[in-house]
Amino acid sequence: MIEDPHKHWLYRRSSLPWLWGILIAILVISVVPEFFIQHYTYFEDQGTTIEASFGFHAWYGFFTCAAMVVGAKILGVFLKRKDNYYDD
Amino acid sequence: MTETGMISQLLSGWSPGFPPGLILMVAGLLMPVFPGLSRKIVVFAAPVLTLLTVWAVGTDNNVALAFLDYTLNPVSGNGYGLVFATIFSIMAFVGGLYAINQARLIELSAGYVYAGAAIGVTFSGDLLSLFVFWEIMALGSTLVIWSAGTEKAWAASFRYLLIHLLGGVVLMSGITLRVLETGSIAFSAMQPDSLASVLILIGFLLNAGAPPLSAWIADAYPEASPSGMVFLSAFTTKTAVFTLLIGFPGTEILIYIGLYMVFYGIIYALLENDMRRILAYSIVNQVGFMVCAIGIGTELALAGATAHAFAHIIYKALLIMSAGSVLLMTGKRKCTDVGGLIQTMPYTAFNGIIGALAISAFPFTSGFVTKSLETAAAADQGLMLVWFCLMAASAGVFLHAGIKFPWFVFFQKDSGLRPPESPWNMQAAMWIFSFLCIAIGLFPNWFYQILPFPPDYHAYTASHLVTQFQLLLFAGLAFFVLLPMMKRTLTISLDFDWFYRKFLHIVANEFTLKTGAAGSLFEKQLRNKAEALIKRLYKVHGPYGILARTWPSGGMVLWVSVMLAGIIIFSAIF
Repeated sequence: MIEDPHKHWLYRRSSLPWLWGILIAILVISVVPEFFIQHYTYFEDQGTTIEASFGFHAWYGFFTCAAMVVGAKILGVFLKRKDNYYDD
Repeated sequence: MTETGMISQLLSGWSPGFPPGLILMVAGLLMPVFPGLSRKIVVFAAPVLTLLTVWAVGTDNNVALAFLDYTLNPVSGNGYGLVFATIFSIMAFVGGLYAINQARLIELSAGYVYAGAAIGVTFSGDLLSLFVFWEIMALGSTLVIWSAGTEKAWAASFRYLLIHLLGGVVLMSGITLRVLETGSIAFSAMQPDSLASVLILIGFLLNAGAPPLSAWIADAYPEASPSGMVFLSAFTTKTAVFTLLIGFPGTEILIYIGLYMVFYGIIYALLENDMRRILAYSIVNQVGFMVCAIGIGTELALAGATAHAFAHIIYKALLIMSAGSVLLMTGKRKCTDVGGLIQTMPYTAFNGIIGALAISAFPFTSGFVTKSLETAAAADQGLMLVWFCLMAASAGVFLHAGIKFPWFVFFQKDSGLRPPESPWNMQAAMWIFSFLCIAIGLFPNWFYQILPFPPDYHAYTASHLVTQFQLLLFAGLAFFVLLPMMKRTLTISLDFDWFYRKFLHIVANEFTLKTGAAGSLFEKQLRNKAEALIKRLYKVHGPYGILARTWPSGGMVLWVSVMLAGIIIFSAIF
């Protein structure tokens, strides 16, 4: 399929792999410093140092967000109504 | 010496004996009198004069008015109030610039009165002055919503007013009880250990958007005009943060109320399709962080809440200005209707993205150096669960506001809309706030000096930078991976307002039906009685009634003779 050359580059299908590639490269770069940095521990006396473990903020950010999206989706089943619901 | 101190000293020769907020309020009220250019001068001069007066008062307390048996202190400066009054003045100036050519006169006028009253609250040393300014804010903000001029705005402004009048009644009840109990009207730190202080706490929390009545924010604010919502986003909730900070620091329940608000904002914003309602929900989310920090109550936490409120007013206004520009130029608010606007509105998109990065606390923005004070305070106090929740919420902010707003408005699919950029004054307002977002982010130590107790906190450590980048970037990854689950639908989400918009409405209708039936039965009985009475009257007094009949002349002769006989007998006896 030949794409419309006037289409903004962000919207061309052919740009998509590039955009994903850039995102993944940035993610990798953000994790690399983990090899050199010692993180603070805040809750050692409460028996956990997980907040200072390797890449904690990366996986914690990903999974909590995924949980929030899924949680919102489930709540949405009960809470969502057509947007003219309150219009009499 | 802090900047606060230096500027106060410069202005020390002048000590105003009136509440600084009064300048904006009077300017707002007189605005209609000034024609053309002179009105524009008032719009720009009033906030500048207010700011100078705010700094001139500083932390003085130089006015004592006798009122009944009490002494009012309407010009009572304190370190925290000064920070709030400063950002309120700046907000009025930039909000005025954003609104000046597009807003209706009544909106601009009401907006200035509203802003002035908010500043009035920050200088209130007693609960009565506070209450007066509090109620003026409610009226001013209602007018701002109403002045959008649509039927929806009218209905929303009415619901908004009802909620705030309710809050006002609760607050006044609390104040009255407290004066009865303690005999003092001073506004100072309280413990929620009596009915009086609990009612005051509820009154404050209602304006902060706390549960269960959080829905008024997303219900009312998005119905205002593009510039109206900018004013609204800044004052009511942040004034509530200020009063909680002075009145209830370290009140533990605020930690949990704050956490609830944080996640409420995220979940509802994720479900929402209307870009301005997304931003309204995110106000609740952000205020939740501040309420939580006030609950923690340490010096660092309170500094965090104050700094966060200051930064939040700027970046939230910036986001709403960006959304307002889109609304003004396209007439559309729903994510399903817009998209791809970066092509013709690149500056609006750029400023929106700066606001989005700042609210997400990206390094080198104002959110990064202010919100992290709050999470650091939680960590310092060993509040492990709170800290983990706040970190998850920080990632969630990027999810619901940081990416969702710019993505659906300026990117996603190409909607085919090709609107031009918004007018120059709106652009200028956005550039000023973008500049402040970055400036505060780059020079946090300079910014911390305006706080009453500048925290000894270093935002830019290698560990903090790396962890924050990871947290946000992987939240971003979650957004794009789960994008199919976030397909926008033409829906709204039920909230507590369902009870007063639908449930009570149905109850009221049902009640009207039932009482209506009883009423008509009663009416019928009443009517039957009346009809019977009329019939009787007619029967007796009507043209054929016993008293109106024509009597035969023979009858009259008979009666006359009876009377004569009577008289003769009468006179014969006596």
